[in-house]
Amino acid sequence: MQIQLNGNPLSLDKITTIQDLLDDLNLSGRLAVEVNHQIVPRSLFQSHRLNAGDNIEIVHAIGGG
Amino acid sequence: MTDKLLLGGRTYSSRLLVGTGKYKDLEETGKAIEASGAEIVTVAIRRTNIGQNKDEPSLLEVISPDKYTILPNTAGCYDENSAIRTCQLARELLDGHNLVKLEVLGDQKTLYPDITATLKAAEKLIADGFMVMVYTTDDPVMAKRFEEMGCIAVMPLAAPIGSGLGIRNPYNIRTIVENAKVPILVDAGVGTASDATIAMELGCDGVLMNTAIAEAKNPVLMASAMKKAIEAGREAYLAGRMPRRAYASASSPIDGQFF
Repeated sequence: MQIQLNGNPLSLDKITTIQDLLDDLNLSGRLAVEVNHQIVPRSLFQSHRLNAGDNIEIVHAIGGG
Repeated sequence: MTDKLLLGGRTYSSRLLVGTGKYKDLEETGKAIEASGAEIVTVAIRRTNIGQNKDEPSLLEVISPDKYTILPNTAGCYDENSAIRTCQLARELLDGHNLVKLEVLGDQKTLYPDITATLKAAEKLIADGFMVMVYTTDDPVMAKRFEEMGCIAVMPLAAPIGSGLGIRNPYNIRTIVENAKVPILVDAGVGTASDATIAMELGCDGVLMNTAIAEAKNPVLMASAMKKAIEAGREAYLAGRMPRRAYASASSPIDGQFF
């Protein structure tokens, strides 16, 4: 299924949860996830299933003033 | 010095707040922050790089939230919605830590704040439980308005972000300080140590800077200079300076002159 991830289209071969997606992408540490402009709390990463067409943003802290 | 900065329910020994942007690399960032003695450090919130190298340290591994108070900013936001979203994402990634630096910009060239949008964003963020430190102009009326709506600190700019021009209107900064019941921190435009000292001599509670340190030829040395500059300015302020005079006032007595 197709989703949008950080502004780019991404094809997923199976329906996954947010945690599955993070594992696939090798992302860990302090980050926050938005699905369709709604924040999904970390406690729900294992249970929140992604749907086709979901617009996902994964953000972290970087250097800034 | 037992004179502490009280901000957002915590006390701090350092009145120097620093940003983490524009450094050569994370190692330099860490060393400069260490040299500065800063306890509050700003960060930006941005997309992760998909496909990043997992072994590369991330900023918060070098600047740990266990050791520093992390102050997420809304840098790059030109409207209230992106600023609010940024703060909400920051709070989530910092496990509910709700201290934020709010900046809503109005112009790409000067990076001057859009006050109207900032007011709207501040109102919503405060209602949502955030402790808002607000980046604003040196307009005393607006500074007071931000305080009255519930911002925990008001941060007037000295000069445009990254300009290094120092405080352009010391009289406005002094007026803001005199009117304020919340901490006033100069944020943006500091260029060198004396700029920071002047801010503290005007009675500011602290100074936030990034470019002044990161773009110095020797950032770690400048960070050390800034630490001393802030301390010197604060002591000078607390000491109560002598008055300025139009004419001379001799330092040595006239009595006992032998000529």
